[in-house]
Formats: sequence, structure tokens, C-alpha cells
Amino acid sequence: MGLLSDPNRRRALISLLTRLNAPICVVCYLAGVAWFMGLAFEPCTLRTYMSENAMGSTMVEERFPAGERALATSREFSAHKKKAGGMPVDWLVKTMQSRGLEVFTQTFSRTLPFPDENKERYMVKGTNVYGILRAPRAPRTEALVLTAPCSGGDSNNQAVGLLLGLAQYFRSQIFWAKDIIFLVNEHDLIGMQAWLEGYHHTNTTGMDWTPIHGRGGSIQAALSLELSSDVITSLDLVLEGLNGQLPNLDLANLFYAFCQKIGVVCTIQGKLQRNDWDSVAGYSHSVQTMLLMAMKQASGRPWGDHGLFLRYHIEAVTIKGVNSFRQYKTDATTVGRLLEGMFRKLNNLLERLHQSYFFYLMPSLSHFVSIGYYMPAFGLLGSILLLRALDLWNQLVTPPPRTGDGDIEQVSSPGVLSVLTPLVISHLTGAALYFLPIHFQTIAVEHFPVSETEAVVLTAIAVYTAGLALPHNTHRLLSGEGTEQGWKVLKLVALLYLAVLLGCTALINFSLGFILALTLVPMAAFVTPHVPQVLSAFVLVIVSPACTLLFSVFFFQELQEVPVNFQEGWMLYLSVISQGILDHYLYGSVIYPLIALLVYPCWLLFWNILFWK
Amino acid sequence: MAAPLTLVLILAVTIRAALFRSSLADVIADRVEVVSPLTAWKRVVEGLALLDLGVSPYCGDIFHETPLIIYLFHFVVDYAEITFVLADVITAVALYKAVQEYNKQQFRKQKYALEMDHYPLDCLELIRSPKEMYYIPLKVALFYLLNPFAILSCIAKSTCCLNNAIIALFILSTMKANVLLSAIFLSLATYQSIYPLILCAPALLHLMQNQYIPLNFWRARFWWFIAQYAFMCLGSLFVIIGLSFFLLGSWDYLSSVYGFILSVPDLTPNIGLFWYFFAEMFEHFRLFFLCVFQINTFFYTIPLSIKLRDHPVFLIFMQLAVISIFKSYPTVGDIALYLSFLPVWSHLQRFLRNIFLVSCILLVCSALFPVLWHLWIYAGSANSNFYYAITLLFNVAQILLVSDYFYAFLRREHHLSYGLYLKREDGTEATLVLK
Repeated sequence: MGLLSDPNRRRALISLLTRLNAPICVVCYLAGVAWFMGLAFEPCTLRTYMSENAMGSTMVEERFPAGERALATSREFSAHKKKAGGMPVDWLVKTMQSRGLEVFTQTFSRTLPFPDENKERYMVKGTNVYGILRAPRAPRTEALVLTAPCSGGDSNNQAVGLLLGLAQYFRSQIFWAKDIIFLVNEHDLIGMQAWLEGYHHTNTTGMDWTPIHGRGGSIQAALSLELSSDVITSLDLVLEGLNGQLPNLDLANLFYAFCQKIGVVCTIQGKLQRNDWDSVAGYSHSVQTMLLMAMKQASGRPWGDHGLFLRYHIEAVTIKGVNSFRQYKTDATTVGRLLEGMFRKLNNLLERLHQSYFFYLMPSLSHFVSIGYYMPAFGLLGSILLLRALDLWNQLVTPPPRTGDGDIEQVSSPGVLSVLTPLVISHLTGAALYFLPIHFQTIAVEHFPVSETEAVVLTAIAVYTAGLALPHNTHRLLSGEGTEQGWKVLKLVALLYLAVLLGCTALINFSLGFILALTLVPMAAFVTPHVPQVLSAFVLVIVSPACTLLFSVFFFQELQEVPVNFQEGWMLYLSVISQGILDHYLYGSVIYPLIALLVYPCWLLFWNILFWK
Repeated sequence: MAAPLTLVLILAVTIRAALFRSSLADVIADRVEVVSPLTAWKRVVEGLALLDLGVSPYCGDIFHETPLIIYLFHFVVDYAEITFVLADVITAVALYKAVQEYNKQQFRKQKYALEMDHYPLDCLELIRSPKEMYYIPLKVALFYLLNPFAILSCIAKSTCCLNNAIIALFILSTMKANVLLSAIFLSLATYQSIYPLILCAPALLHLMQNQYIPLNFWRARFWWFIAQYAFMCLGSLFVIIGLSFFLLGSWDYLSSVYGFILSVPDLTPNIGLFWYFFAEMFEHFRLFFLCVFQINTFFYTIPLSIKLRDHPVFLIFMQLAVISIFKSYPTVGDIALYLSFLPVWSHLQRFLRNIFLVSCILLVCSALFPVLWHLWIYAGSANSNFYYAITLLFNVAQILLVSDYFYAFLRREHHLSYGLYLKREDGTEATLVLK
């Protein structure tokens, strides 16, 4: 308490912070970035380990024999799929019934707010088929889920085949203590959403579905399977779910442990693990893996069908079979044994997975960085905002020695108005960015030669750009010449606003918060009306959320080793925006409203400060 | 002066009416920060339903409000929203009038002291001008009506609004030196939630100051006044409790309301300090710590009233803050009540030291409450420790805020009697250090 109560020490501390403000901020920024990059360095990370006792110590023996038969089923499935021109519901029901499951179907329909051009769908109608294997050994209060999406074309047939094969095999075993639900969902995430909403009897997105008639217990864990070839070279683990939520790390540990045990090559973000962490190449490899994870998490979209389970407190991952040109091949029997092993271990769970971490980043499958390690990186960036705010506060409360009372009155009354006006206007612009694109698509389509999707995306970009012109003009119109005190108060408010906003974002979705902080914090720290305007305006536009997204698209492609030229990148950018808006309306992802309603207005405040005079 | 107040009232009522009609109202009504098991509207509705069925509303473990409240809503349940808005308006107007009266008294006192040359010469810049005092009552009303905390708790129809209104009326009647009304409202407030009992100390101090009764333990007049006040308080409390008994026909409510407040059986997370401690504690320590925690709330009365015996209104502010920090089921509505007093102490601004830090922490914590709640309850990825950490920080910030104001107040008083620019014995400039 000495620091807070002793005036001399306080004065010393404050004068130190004010005098060295700029250097401390620069050091904090560099330290924050360095800290983040250091997270990928293997000695700084922890090895993954199984925390859950129920899954750790027990031995299970995998005996799944019927890989070939599963592949035969998948060929049969593919033939029926072609014949039906979609999901062969009747065949699936019959096959599941013949394997001794209780089979139910659920139909759903959904009209998208605007056509999804990536997947070419607008009015979606489909059916989910699922079979429940009732637990013979325990009261049926808990369940596990295995899902395989039935996608168009020829993909993912093997996953359905393997699912049916596993169902048949599991039926003959007696040690299941949890119901096992085998689900084949149509139209990937939309079907998944319908099924989950039906199962939990909620309706959060306004979708039409028929109620579900058969239920198992409360779902403890779920695996989603994607296999598109008879043999695979490696299995890829996908963790990132809706809004950047991650499943419990134990599920990833379980997958890794079984891959090691059975001898399957496993990857995360499509990157194989390397052992040479001390070489530059090895380090850059793990940096790339971690950055890929961060960017996928920041996007806030479900990167596999498992992504929607997480919202319902169900730990889930997607396991993706990859067939590349590696020598070492794995057949369906081995994949089946892997899944069998994972289910046997999950079957042993006594309580929900909760022992291990929920907040983590993975630079490789065997190493992870927990929240305690990565939060300081964000904290260092966030502290810059607070330091700048402290500095401004000091400038505001210690004006050149004029005596107090009348002065404060004069300063504060224009202050309130000049802060309130830009705040309200930029939030109105943000609200326009959120509401206009969807509501104006019909008008736009009538008057311009564009499709609905293009109309939505282009309206969004237009509103965004128009917002740059709007606030400072209106401000000038309303309250005349801005005062020196005025912008300082506004900047103080904007800094605190940004700090709170980024802090909350980083807690929910660390990667998004960190990426936004990386771009917005330096801008927020240096912007004043006195810096060279044209140059700063350029910099401000470069670091605005939309441009950050554009760069992220290129960077992401670069990391995935499929670089694109500018033309393709731009098209990709437009489709990313439309996907983001669709994610919000279809699955309730919060990234689009967050950016439109909060981050963008906050950025506009700083834009406003730059053009204060 | 009435016109701006009317404008503020209209604005406040409009905001509340708009929010009542929006979809936010249901979300807010379920927030643990805004409603406690004592004040939740849902529980009042449940109590009303039981009452209508002819069952005692206290027979389950749902309803914990007092019988008078439930009989009030028995008649006005269709106008519940209007009642709550009205309660806020009453609070604001009462505070407005009370602060106006207080400022008048302060100004008179200051004028007297100036005429008598009580203040050192270099303290002239600490003297408050009527111009700056003129808008303070309005600011108080503004602070209460437009405080997001007060708005939230009104939208959630938390009965905390009604308690606030009673406490505000108590403050008003004390300020107006109406002994009987003051005692009646004090007993009503005590009847509602026990803790306002400690407000009797500032009330007594103020009333005695007003009647020029010296604080002397050896004088019969002193004790006679205390006896009078106590008699009025206890008498009206007795009448209210008796009335409740005759309304319900049983004493159920005593254990269900006061037992519930004192023994803290409901450990639903809230912004207070109780729930986590008592959820973590071994059962056999429970009684001991219960006593410690509850006595803690009441104990500050003694040192504070000794230190602030000449400044009862500041004492009221301190006591309200202490109640809202340390009570067993605090909500943001309680905080709104004492925050609305901050403009009254605007002349302490130059002596405040941590106000920036504290307001940052309060701001951040208020934003983090819903986020961490989401992560804990919905996403399942965080746990109660995260939420409690923020609760703790929030309360530490409140304590810092209050102690900062306390220190600033004492320091101003010190300067007013010893001069603003203190010299050490060797002639250099001295600084005041709190140790």
C-alpha cells in the first residue's frame, strides 16, 4: 500500500511513467510480440499429458477387424447415394437397423439469408439419420457420438462406411457403459446444427426441423470423421470450433496417444511434427503450426462438424483422413482400431472431460501452450493502452497551474458533448454495417448487375468505406472547432474502450483478441491530431479491421503453402466476408457482430481523433 | 431548478420504458449481478402465485422477500413496471431534495466559519462557492437515474430499487430533521434487509447536531434523545413486524427472510464476497466464519462514527458503501445508491489519488462479469475461480474508492483547520502521509 498512499513515491512513479511512456510502450509491444513468437519454441512449451485418470491408466485392446467390409459398405453407400442423388435415407435406415441399432431420422429445412456461393446452396432441405446403440452395462444416462457428414459428390463415403462397420462391431461388444449414437448428417454444418438443436430442444438460429424421437443420455464427447479414400497416409486433428472455442485438451491427448500406440502418422493443421526443434527450420515449422491454429481460431468459424458441439458443453474433435504422396499407408482397419480405442477410453469416463486445459495453443501435436503462458503476450500489448491512458489522464488533471473550480466546469461541459457525438455516430455507423447488407440485398440486386451474395458483400464494403468519411464531417458540423482538451478526453475514452473490448475478446477467443491487439494497439497509441495526417491516415486504414482481414487471408494461404495472387486473394477475401456473415446467421457465430458493432466503431473513434481539427 | 430535474426524470423514464419493451429485459432479469435470491422478480412472482393459492409464500425455498413487499405487489402486480420506475423516480427526487438541504446546511456552516475566521488564510481556495454547489443536487439525481447499474436493476425489476427508495426517503427525512419520519423509514429499511440498521448512527448524529445536543455521554439530554429515537424506531419496527404477522398469520417469514440474510444458505454466485468462501469452506467452520463476515459488516459503524462524528452525511455515504460491499447478497443496485453520492463530494477531487485506477478497474470488472460468466456457465471452459477473481477485484476497487474518498475528506478537513500549505519544523514543505 505504500505505493498507493505515499505521495512522494506515487509522484516518482507517475513521473517515471510519463517521462518514459513512449519507450516503455515500444518495449511492451516488442516484448509482447517476442513472447508470442517464443511460445512456439519447444523448451518454452509443455508436453501434452493425459490428465483424466479414467482415460489414462486403463488398458484397452483394439480388435476391430472389419476394415475391408467397411470399405465394401462404403462402395455400396456410394452407389445408393448416386442413385438417390443425395442422401440415401432408406438404405441408411435399413442398413443401420440390420446392424441392430435403434434408427431415427430428422428432416430439416433452412433458407439462407443469401445464397452461399462456395457450397452453392440457398434453400436447404435434408435429412439426418442416426442410430443409437443402447448401453448394455449401465443406465442410459450418458452418450457418445460418432458422426460422418454425407457430403455431395464422391467425398466422405469411406467415413460413412467405417461408421457403419464400427456400429456393427460395437453392437457385438458388451462393455459399453454409454449409449453410442451413430449419426450421418446431410449438408454438413446445417444438418449438424439441426440435429443438435433437436437433441437439446433449443432453437437458437430459427431453423425448421422435425423433433427428434429417440434420445440417448447427455452427450459426453463426440468425434466427427472425414475420410475420402480407401487408404490414408495420415490423420489430421481439427480442434477449432465455433467462436474459437476449443475442446478439452484431453481429447487431443487421447487421439495423439492412440496414434502413437497404433502407429498412425498424425498431424495438426496438416503439419507433421518435427524433432529438430533446435534448428531454425524446426522452429519456423512450429511457428507456422501455431500461427495456423491462431488464425483458424481467430476466424471464429467451426472448422469441422465438431465445432457446433462445443456450444453445448460437449467435447468434440474432427478427425480427417489425408491421402497424400507419402510412402507409408494406413488402411481402414487401422483407422477403425484407432476409433475403437478412443471410444473404449471415452466409455470409461466417470465425469465430463474437465481435468485438462480448455485454453491452449498447439505448436505441435505433442506440445501445447496454456493460458498462463500466452496471456502475458496479450497483457503486454494491452498494458500499452493503459499506459497511454494514464499518460493522458495525467495531462488532463494537471493543466498548467490555473486554479481549479471554474476551470473544470468550462472544460468538462464541451468535453461531454464532443465525446458523446463521435461515440454515437461511430456506433450508428457500426449498426449500419451490421444491418444494412442483409436488408438491402433485394434493393441492390434490383438496381445493380450483381448477384445476392455479391450485393451483400459489396454493401458491407461500401458501408465500411462510407463510415470513414462520415464521422469527422458530422462532428465538425455539430460542435465546431475541436478543442485540445476535447480530443484528449475522446482519446482517453477510446483507449479505455479498446482495452476493455480487446481484453474481453481475448478471454473468449485469444487469437482474435491478439491479432486485433497486434494491429490496433500501435495505431491507438500513436494517433493524435498532430501527427502528419496523410501518412497516418494511410497507416490507420492499413491496420483497420477490414484490411487486417485481407492480409490475414493472404497470410493464411501462405502458411498453408498454397499462395495466391492478388486477383484470387481478393475473390477469396470477398468469399470470406460472405462466409463470415453466413456463419453469424446460420450458426450464431459472434465474430461479425463483434467486428461491426464494437471493433469498427472503436477504430472509427481513433480515425476521428486523427481528423480532429 | 425544477425544469432540468424534470427533463432528467423524463429522460430516465423514457430509457427505462424503452428497455422494458426490448428483448434485453429478460436477459437482464436473469443476470446474477443484477438480481440476488432476495430481490429477484421471478421469486416475487412465485411468492405471489403461492399466496394466490392460499399457501404460505415462504413454504418453499424460493421466496425471501418481506411480507409487506408481497402484499404491495399483490395489489400492483399488473403495474409492476410502473412501480419500479416510480421507485427510481422517488429515490432520485428524495436524494435531490436531501442533497439540496445538505448543501444549504454546509453553506451556512461555511459562511459562519468564514465570518468567525475559523479557516486559515491559505485555505481560501478550498472554500466552496454557491455556483459550484448549485448543480450538485441535479448531478446526484442524474448519477442515480442514468447510472447503468440503477437502470439494469430497474429493468430486472429487482426489489433492490424499492429498498433504495426507502433508504433515500430515510436520508431525506433525516436531512429535513424530521425525527419521527426518519425513525419510521429507518425501521422500514431495516425490516427490508437488516443491514440499514447501521444507518441509525449517522441519523442520530445528524439529528443531534441539528438540535444542538452535544455529544457528551455524561449529559442526560444525550441519552434522552437516543432513547426517544430508539423508542420510535423499535416501536415502528414492532408495528411493521406485527402487521406482517397479521397479514400472513404465521412467523414463517422471520426465518425465511432474516435467517436467509444472516445465515447465507444460497451460494449462487453474485458480486459479493460470501458465496465463494462459503462454497469452499469446511462445514464445521461455517458458523464461525458466518459470524466473522456478518460482524464485519456491522463493525465499521463504531470507528467510522467516532471519526466522522461531525460529518454525518459523509458517514451515511461510507455506511452505504460498506453495506453494499460486505452484505451477504449484494447487487449492482446497491452500488448505484452510494455511487450517486459521488457528486456531493466533487470538492474533494483535488485530494483524490487513485480515482483513475479505481474507475478503470470498476469499468473493466463490469465488462468482465458477463464474459467470465459466459465462459464458466455456457462455454464450460473457465471455472468459478475466474469469476470469483473478478468479484474480488471489483470489491477491492470499491474499497479503494471508498477509502480514497475517506482519506480525501479527512485531508480536506485537516487542511481547513491547519492551512493548505503545511510547513515542516525546518521550514520545508510537508506532505501528508497516510500510514
